[in-house]
Amino acid sequence: MSDTATGYTTVVGLEVHVQLLTRTKLFCGCANRFNPTQPNVQTCPVCLGLPGSLPVMNRQAFELGLKTGLALNCQIPKLTKWDRKQYYYPDLPKGYQISQYDLPFSSEGWLEIATDPPTDPARRIGIIRAHLEEDAGKNLHDESGRGGESLVDLNRAGTPLLEIVTKPDIRSGAEAHAFLDELKLLLTYLEVSDCNMQEGSLRCDANVNLHVDVDGGTIATPIVEVKNLNSFRGVEQAIEYEAKRQFELWKQGGKKLGEISKETRGWDAERGVTIGQRGKEEASDYRYFPDPDLVPVTIEESWRERVRAGLAEFPAAKRKRFQADHHLSHYDASVIVAQGRAFADYFERVTTACGDAKQAANWLTQDVLREMKERQLTIESFPISADVLGTLLQRIVSRKITTNSGRMVFATLLERSTEGKPLGTEAVDAIIADKGLAITSGADELTPIIDAVLSANAKIVADVKGGKQQAIGALIGQVMKQAKGADPQVVREMIQSQIAARPS
Amino acid sequence: MSISGDSTSQLLAAMASGELSAVDVASACLDQIAAHDPQVQAFLHVDRDGALQQAALVDEKRRAGKPLGQLAGLPVAVKDVVSTRGLPTTCGSRILQRYVPPYDAEIIRRLRAADAVILGKTNMDEFAMGSSTENSAFQITRNPWDAARTPGGSSGGSAAAVAAGMSSVAIGSDTGGSIRQPAGFCGIVGMKPTYGRVSRYGLLAYASSLDQLGPLATDVAGTATLLEVIAGHDSQDSTSVDRPVPEYGLTLEQPLSGLRIGLAREHFAAGLDAEVAAVTRAAADVYRSLGAKVVDVTLPHSKYAVAAYYLIAPSEAASNLARYDGVHYGHRAEKFDGLIDMYATSRGEGFGAEVKRRIMLGNYALSAGYYDAYYLKALKVRRLIRGDFDRAFESCDVLLSPVAPTPAFKVGELVDDPLAMYLSDIYTLSANLAGLPGISLPGGFSLGGLPIGIQLQGPPFAEETLLRAARMFERETPWHTKRPTLAVRR
Repeated sequence: MSDTATGYTTVVGLEVHVQLLTRTKLFCGCANRFNPTQPNVQTCPVCLGLPGSLPVMNRQAFELGLKTGLALNCQIPKLTKWDRKQYYYPDLPKGYQISQYDLPFSSEGWLEIATDPPTDPARRIGIIRAHLEEDAGKNLHDESGRGGESLVDLNRAGTPLLEIVTKPDIRSGAEAHAFLDELKLLLTYLEVSDCNMQEGSLRCDANVNLHVDVDGGTIATPIVEVKNLNSFRGVEQAIEYEAKRQFELWKQGGKKLGEISKETRGWDAERGVTIGQRGKEEASDYRYFPDPDLVPVTIEESWRERVRAGLAEFPAAKRKRFQADHHLSHYDASVIVAQGRAFADYFERVTTACGDAKQAANWLTQDVLREMKERQLTIESFPISADVLGTLLQRIVSRKITTNSGRMVFATLLERSTEGKPLGTEAVDAIIADKGLAITSGADELTPIIDAVLSANAKIVADVKGGKQQAIGALIGQVMKQAKGADPQVVREMIQSQIAARPS
Repeated sequence: MSISGDSTSQLLAAMASGELSAVDVASACLDQIAAHDPQVQAFLHVDRDGALQQAALVDEKRRAGKPLGQLAGLPVAVKDVVSTRGLPTTCGSRILQRYVPPYDAEIIRRLRAADAVILGKTNMDEFAMGSSTENSAFQITRNPWDAARTPGGSSGGSAAAVAAGMSSVAIGSDTGGSIRQPAGFCGIVGMKPTYGRVSRYGLLAYASSLDQLGPLATDVAGTATLLEVIAGHDSQDSTSVDRPVPEYGLTLEQPLSGLRIGLAREHFAAGLDAEVAAVTRAAADVYRSLGAKVVDVTLPHSKYAVAAYYLIAPSEAASNLARYDGVHYGHRAEKFDGLIDMYATSRGEGFGAEVKRRIMLGNYALSAGYYDAYYLKALKVRRLIRGDFDRAFESCDVLLSPVAPTPAFKVGELVDDPLAMYLSDIYTLSANLAGLPGISLPGGFSLGGLPIGIQLQGPPFAEETLLRAARMFERETPWHTKRPTLAVRR
């Protein structure tokens, strides 16, 4: 039967954990900060699980969760509660994790992802649920192979975590990548999380299986959970690898969903393969029950709406607005929004200052991004402020200087501001004056130069008059050489009118 | 022994007037402990130096005319279930034998702020699981009235310490009757406040939704004074209730007019000792003679209380005790083979039989496939029991009942029969399931000379009513003035 397979659809659901950007941990006042070099300093009786200590919910964490739930278009119930998920592990000091089981604070939502080319309507990935829980600590094992003692660092224990579970709506590795990009963008725009996979503030597992086309119908293959995914690129590659591997396996064995239990495999990024991990002998029973130390959380409508009203503009909405209001291309809007909220804000400030969104978009997506990359800067640390760049672009837009001169001013601004002094908008005009870049559009200055050039190039003038319009370029070039800072557009127009005025 | 035999108010007054110093009082208690605790075995840890130092500090403050707390110089014994910074906190368990906490429970912070003198930590059934204090991993506390008998439990150490004049007052914890039953067995007053009235921060959890800390004293006034200090909202405990604490002492001597005393027929069923029943009925007569109306009420679901309790409490306990795994603190086995074996061996060596029994019960009740039938069902019963009380309190102000079915039983009498032991809490544990306050006070004596307590229970936050009602009875009766004659155990 398996050899009748003609093709397949990859089916992926993601489980994403993100650490929240709160000042303190989820149930105590300890600092929530990545601090691997000083183990166990960010701890107290509560997150150490000392006998008698009690958790108290961090309202800021809950609100960040609420923000996310609303941004993911989720249903928010009136009442939610905390449950204990019980298992033994050395990094779990209480012997249970405080989590949410059957009443998560949000469920049944969706996230639109940016596809290239864009589709209409946009592609939506369903969200099954999002819930809050506390992170565990970290076990540190002796990796020398000499069998040294394992150590436990509880700095991370109690860090607020948001678990987001998608529906199996994702159809490829690339789509998973696009989902994660969009989710990360959304969460960073909302200032919910910094989503840093290296520091573990975003972690992702993928559930992958196939719907194999057989005899006009489809058959689902067993689900494999892929772990140890360390980058979005890794997620994409692992899913692509898994799909191919599972299809080969299907062709050989033809096992269907439900015939064997769910397998867990780890992604080996170096070798580009997934490796089977030792399965649990039986399904774990976490003995969930409501945490009697915490009271249920009532989400009043007023609270929910206050949080909703305080939400920042979502990336998807920003992309649409940049296209509609600023007439940017889908591509430019996507590039700007994808750089993060601060970059998009910078773009808007430059646009306001110079009055030309297209000009601003060009400069940001080319010059600014290039310099940021070369100098390894973020937009927050970029030395030219939005007001200064906006002033510079305004000079170009109003034809005070040429675009080429603008680039020189930009380079000079960069140079000077990296010397340490923050520059104000007045620096733009100072540099223009300094370098004599102001366009000399005055006919008084240009007329004698043009006269001389035309007289010295009678043949070209005749060619132009004879209809060979492209020949004018050579004349413009010669005039520009002599008239520094002249606007080539003005020069072209003056040459054209002078030639027209000459007798043939 | 005169000093340590005085009531709380007498001691506080004598210290305030300068007749006694705090050091005199602490020394008298420490002497009493030295003389009699080898027999009674109420204390697991006596902080002699700390107590004398604190007492001296109080005296110094008083001499200097500095403001003093409400309990200035008053000796307090604390059940070893409460986290005390720098003092061993074992919970009567081998698994915490060498554990010294780095932090104080909220109740300890309040006691210290009130300038109380903490004498030490008292013995208890391991993790408060038991009704006789025989489940302690370390020692068996004897009833000061009869060394062959238990002081009740699980706060047996605290009750015995107060009854034996070793401490003026004591702190206990009550999850199913663990303050009230030993108070009854030892002839003193003990109160379980409304759930949420006293902060649980630093109380080593047995069953979080049932546990409540409370006071023990020789009389109602001492109980009221101590409650006033320990009660109140604490932001560190999410289940703590933000509600003002009345000045219980101010109204204590005012009898309640038109008081309605409820007697539930379910409280006089089979298994109740005849002498205990007689004492309870006699108490009703005392109230009648004071003008109270005695009404019959019914608590139809109380027959399910023990079953519901022994599903809910062990379920929470199994979870609460998971942290004792030998990894971060407490007992770790010396020999083990791998992580799982370390857990199993450490816990196997560290916990006693009753604790293991309840952990197994709890894990079973919470496991997949059984949760709905056991835990969830027990929660439903719990709501019905609360409903019973709500209806009963429509026709009465307080419920009068026995504290326990019998007076103090003998050491060893029930150890091999856990179910019989569980029934010792049959009249008290409903208040925990319903979250209600209850007070146990001396109601009389058996022919054999053992104290018999009576219990008053009230609606949530009716502590003031309970204390005033208890004081009405106390004023009419001599029982609270009786003290045991301590003798070397035969």
